[in-house]
Amino acid sequence: MVDDRDMQVRVRFFAAHREATGQSAYEADVPAGARARDVWRVLVERFPTLDGHASGTAYAVNQTVVPADTVLSEGDELALLPPMAGG
Amino acid sequence: MKLFALSSTPLDEKGVSALVSGSGSGGVVTFVGRVRDHARGRSVSALEYEAYPEMVEAVFGAIAAEARQRFDVSAIAIHHRLGRLEVGEASVVIAVAAAHRSPAFEACRYAIDELKRRAPIWKKEFGPDGAFWVEERP
Repeated sequence: MVDDRDMQVRVRFFAAHREATGQSAYEADVPAGARARDVWRVLVERFPTLDGHASGTAYAVNQTVVPADTVLSEGDELALLPPMAGG
Repeated sequence: MKLFALSSTPLDEKGVSALVSGSGSGGVVTFVGRVRDHARGRSVSALEYEAYPEMVEAVFGAIAAEARQRFDVSAIAIHHRLGRLEVGEASVVIAVAAAHRSPAFEACRYAIDELKRRAPIWKKEFGPDGAFWVEERP
């Protein structure tokens, strides 16, 4: 259940997401109890150029990959990870 | 030199191999990934690598720990380059030491496959028709 208080999470952008938003980090205000995927919707409103970049994006909370329905806490670092291509 | 590292300067292939080698290392396998001049039927002039540094070294450590659990190897080092690389430059060096060759080959293969699958690293390909971010995840 999402209540109406807000919390802040620190979002990190990389690669195509960083170029689409023009930023590498962003403090997002989201409802308390928000899940990782809820933040994506908040971000697309703030950065319309992110729209279309959802495919293949994974989420990491505090440097660990998590499912999209993971509930966030105040102060979490949420990294949006586009399809990885190391090596 | 650390076992797991990102580097903005050229990788030291011999140095990474020396990190894992000991008197009990009968086999040391070193994999070097290099920038190739073509990809997917298109010519490539350079690559630019970007990473999530706070996470990537932990992922390298986890991959190495898994490889050591699965295969009988004594040490693994993983170094990855960041920034702009020209054709022929090394983008990744993985060194694995073991008493015997077979687990060293297997663990090295495991480490590079897992790195490609789950290390938070991205690359932008530069070619004659522009530059774009590579999406290798199936």
